[in-house]
Order: sequence, then C-alpha cells, then structure tokens
Amino acid sequence: MFDKNQISILKEAVDKENAKTQEKLQKRPERKAVFTTGSGAPVNRYYTPVDIEDLDYMDDLGLPGQFPYTRGVQPNMYRGQFWTMRMYAGFATAEESNKRYKFLVEQGSSGLSVAFDLPTQIGYDSDHPLSEGEVGKVGVAIDSLADMEILFDGIPLDKVSTSMTINAPASVLLAMYIAVAEKQGVSSDKLRGTIQNDILKEYIARGTYIFPTEPSMRLITDIFAYCSKDVPQWNTISISGYHIREAGSTAAQEVGFTLADGIAYVEAAIKAGLDVDAIAPRLSFFFNAHNDLLEEVAKFRAARRLWARIMKDRFGAKDPKSMQLKFHTQTGGSTLTAQQPENNIVRVAIQTLAAVLGGTQSLHTNSKDEALALPNEDSVRVALRTQQIVAHESGVTEVVDPLAGSYYIEAKTKEIEDAAYNYIKKIDEIGGATKAIDLGYIQQEIMDASYDYQKKVESGEIIVVGMNKYQIEEEAPKGLLRVDPSVGEMQKAKLAELRAKRDNAKVSNALEALRTACQGTDNVMPLILEAVRAYATLGEICGVMREVFGEYQQTVNL
Amino acid sequence: MDRPIRVLVAKPGLDGHDRGAKVIARALRDAGMEVIYTGLRQTAEQIVNAAIQEDVDCVAMSILSGAHNTLLPKVVELLREEQAEDILVIGGGVIPGEDIPYLKEKGIKEIFTPGTPTQVTIDFIKANVNIK
Repeated sequence: MFDKNQISILKEAVDKENAKTQEKLQKRPERKAVFTTGSGAPVNRYYTPVDIEDLDYMDDLGLPGQFPYTRGVQPNMYRGQFWTMRMYAGFATAEESNKRYKFLVEQGSSGLSVAFDLPTQIGYDSDHPLSEGEVGKVGVAIDSLADMEILFDGIPLDKVSTSMTINAPASVLLAMYIAVAEKQGVSSDKLRGTIQNDILKEYIARGTYIFPTEPSMRLITDIFAYCSKDVPQWNTISISGYHIREAGSTAAQEVGFTLADGIAYVEAAIKAGLDVDAIAPRLSFFFNAHNDLLEEVAKFRAARRLWARIMKDRFGAKDPKSMQLKFHTQTGGSTLTAQQPENNIVRVAIQTLAAVLGGTQSLHTNSKDEALALPNEDSVRVALRTQQIVAHESGVTEVVDPLAGSYYIEAKTKEIEDAAYNYIKKIDEIGGATKAIDLGYIQQEIMDASYDYQKKVESGEIIVVGMNKYQIEEEAPKGLLRVDPSVGEMQKAKLAELRAKRDNAKVSNALEALRTACQGTDNVMPLILEAVRAYATLGEICGVMREVFGEYQQTVNL
Repeated sequence: MDRPIRVLVAKPGLDGHDRGAKVIARALRDAGMEVIYTGLRQTAEQIVNAAIQEDVDCVAMSILSGAHNTLLPKVVELLREEQAEDILVIGGGVIPGEDIPYLKEKGIKEIFTPGTPTQVTIDFIKANVNIK
C-alpha cells in the first residue's frame, strides 16, 4: 500500500526522531517505563506507515461488506439499521420475566435475550435437591413448556428475535420455543433468534456443562442438522469469547480460543455429514467489550478477518455468508466495580463505543449495579439509553469503520490476528479444542493471564478508579433487586400440579423414545420436541440424557 | 505455627464463575498456605466432607449465584454437627452488603466482596485461624 522508497525515508526519520526523543526521556521519564494495552500487549509511543508497511489494502481490509470483512459484514453497516439493542434479562418466575420483557420492548429494545436460572441451565427441575436456593436467582426458572408459554405470553414470536443463553440443554429450550410458537400459530420457519449452544466454552470458562464432550458435540450437530431444514432463520450457536474474557483472558486469547472452538464445531458438523455452506451461515459469535477502546476495536476487526480466512482457506467455504463473522457483544462485567457504582455507567459507555466502532450486530450493555446484584429497572434503563445515545448522538454510526487506516488500529489488528492465529496453531498441534480443554491447556492459559492481571491491580500497576485509587467512604447501596425467596416454593407447587394433571403415559412413552434415539444415532431433536409437547419437564428430559450420556468431570489445575 | 495453614477453597452452588476462587487459591498458595480447590457445584455436604477429610483450618467459599443465604449457613451448620466448628469459615463473591450481617450471624466470619485485595483475605485468615 505504501511506496517502498517513502517507507525507507520514513524509517530513517523515525529512527532519528527516536534517538533524539530517547535522550530527552532520559531527563524527563514518561509516566511508565512500559506502556501496554488493557490486555498487557506493548504499545509504542506512536505508529506510522512503517508499522503496517506490509498491509495490502484489498487482501487485508477489502471494502465494507467484502472479503475478508475486516471493515464489517455489510456494505453500509449502521446507515442501514442500528445494531440490535438486546438486553439480557430474566429472573424469578416466567410471569415476572414476561413483565420485564414487555418493559424492555416498550423502552425501545429491539430483541429479547433470555437469562435462565442455574437449575434450568444445568438441566435440573426446580424441585431437585441441588436447585435449593438457586431457583429464579440469576435468571428465569423454566421447568416445562407451561412456564415457557407464560414467559412469551403476549409476545408475538414471528415479530421478535429472541436470544437464549442456554447451552447444555439448548435442544430442550429450543424445542420449547418452537412448541410455544406452534401454539401461537407461528411455524418454525418464521422463528428468528439464537441459542448460545456453545458447550466448549462452558468447559473452559462458564461452567454450566452437563454431558461429556462427545455426546455434547453430537447434540450440537443434531441441532445444526435439524435447524438447517426446519428452523432455517435460527442462529444455531453463539460461539462465545465473552466468558473466556470474563475469566481473565487477554484480547488475543479471546479471539484465538473462540475461533478454535468455532473450528471444532465446523469440523464436527462436517464429520456428521453436513455441508459447510449449509451450516456456517447460521454460526454467530459473542464477544466482550472491555475498557481499552482501541485495542477492542482492533480485536473485533481481527476476529472478522481471521474467521473469513479460516472459512475460506481451511474449510473451502464458497458462500460469502459462511465467511462473515457476525457477533453479539456484551460490555465487560468484570470491569465493573462494586465501589462507586455510578462510575460503571462511564465504563459501559466506552465499551459501547468499542463494540459499535468494531462493527457489532447486537449489543447488551451492563447496568451499573451488576457487581452487586441483578440490575433493577432504573439501572437497566440507563444502560439501554447509553446505546441509544451512541446510536443517535455520537455520530460514529454515520460512517462505516471510521478507524480503518489508523496506523495504530491497523497494526494492532494485525498483531491480534497473528497472536490469535498462533493460539489456534498450538491448539491444532494438541489435537483440537476439545482435546486442549480435556487437558486443561486453555483453562491454564486463561488462569495465568487472570492471576497476572490481579497482581498488577494489587501492586497498583493497573489503576481501577474507585477501587484501588480515588476511593471514598461509601454506604452499602440501596434499592438492589431482590428475588423473592418464595419463587422456589412457587415453582415446586407448579411442578406438582403439572405432574398431576398431564397425560403421564404419554410423557413416559416420549421419554423412552428419546432414550432410544440417544442410544442410537437418530437426530434427537424431533423426539425432544415430542417430549416437550407432552409436558415432560426439563429435568426429566435431561435426566434421560444424563442416564445415557453420563456427566462431564471437570479438570482442575491450579 | 509449625505447619502451614491448610485452606479448602470451595465453590458451593451451581454457578460456574470460578475466576475469583482460582485467583484466591493461587494467592493463598503464594502466601505459603496449603490449598485444596474443590472445583464447581459442590453441595454443603461435599464441602464439609472435604474439609474434614483434608483436615483444613479454613473453608473459603466463593459464590456468585445469589444462593449465598441458603448455602453458606448450611456449611457452618454441618461443620458444627461434625464437631468441626473450630474451622474458620469465610465467603466471597457477588454478595449484597445488606446480606452480610445475616451471614455473619450464621457463623461466616467474614465476607469479601468484589475488589478486595487478596492480601486482605490472606491477613484475615492468618489472624483468625485456629491452628490445632
């Protein structure tokens, strides 16, 4: 992109300037001996064309909406429409959560995002002993189709797109969603939304796994196959770096480990006989947005470019949609402080800018009180307004990928792409993401990065405003959202009633048919759907699968 | 003190957020303590069994699921039933300030909320542990 002659003249000038400035800096040192990004990667004093002399515009950037999609997956990005403002919500009972969804839609939220409680995420009914104290706490409790009907009451499923953060039992919750739509008279080909369905990152970082790796991968490819025919507009997986970053990874690790997981899913699908271009367009991604604005923008651009290259070169994808990395972003929960929670609004605003300048397709903004509890309505409103201010007032949405061509941004984009690629290479050498997880390699890398960060915070090398500097005396904040402790009892009563009044012979027939499918190789989705329609509970369905598949045993290295 | 302090770092409840637990485990180890980490999804019974089996001086529990008021007191109760009430029990995680007095009343000696330097936890354990 640059004239060789000019580069060498510039190199000389840079060297000269550097020598001169270093002399000055001897007398007047800078604030720090070493400057780094939020992820600890080195940062030079300034960047010039010398730092990106190998950049080839058409190969490395392309035009917006064109391979390798560095500049975004659409030619006009937010000039067409804004990203989907999708606030993750759900708590207590289906009735309470249904109210919150209606509130969010009224406030201008453009898509729903369902948070399930932990028993639901781990495939236990609310009356299971391990569910004690957990029912309705971090999300809504769903035990059967009956709860799901209440959750989406009055919400037309052909009009909204719904994202469900559900992984190990994703097939069951998707089946429930399809069954609710049927009752509304909406056929499954009209449904739009996403299931997270990313089990590998559960083993790595998030922890809500149930089954061992092999049957889990089979469930995922069964969903891919079923949806490619019956629910064609559904995003069948959201391959998530978010939790990897929350667990303490660097930005480059976030990209590298997430795309390595992506490769494992594509390989599993191909092995199951699916065509890469039949499934890849329905893959979506989920990333974090932290405070280092420019590093994060570079990260999103690097992820897009690297994935496009992997799909084209490694998997021979032909459909451009297979090469386009589309992603949801959530602002970084771990960057929020319990101290002076108002400051979190500012952090979230910076992170929102990073996601938007990085070309996200949808965004959840965290609320200021999330280091303390689930957010209340007022703080959720401010978080949503933050997105609306960036959309309508900041001006960054009027032009596509405005930071492209910045020497620093392009250098960082390349650096993150290279570092992520090296992680993928290393994981390939180990034998793929599943193997690397079983050996604890990925977990260990993340833990090292997270401990390193913690030590830097404690030594004061990293400043977190209000937490290790500029502290004040504070009273415990008031008005935090509290989940009614009687939710657990209410769910138990609902379950008892359901078990008494449903056709139990039909339930056990459906469960036995599912067991047979799990033992064989038939796609399990149609059988799960039958069981759900008969009002078999989530715990019963997952119970059958637990019996056939067994349970995952975590590898813990300290 | 003629032997290192032994600590069981435990994750009660169903949440998978183990960044804090692992950081604490490493920091305690770096401070010279012997650390056993249970891994995720431990019931109160499992935690108490491990504490007794491993003959620990302190049980440090990390929980971010919101089930702390149910699960943390249960561990103290079961330790008492096993005549192991001399074991120091502490907790940490996303725990609202207004729940802390209740938890302390139930026998959890201290609750460390987000942003607490690991050194504070280390010092607390050293000052409060009953070495047998």
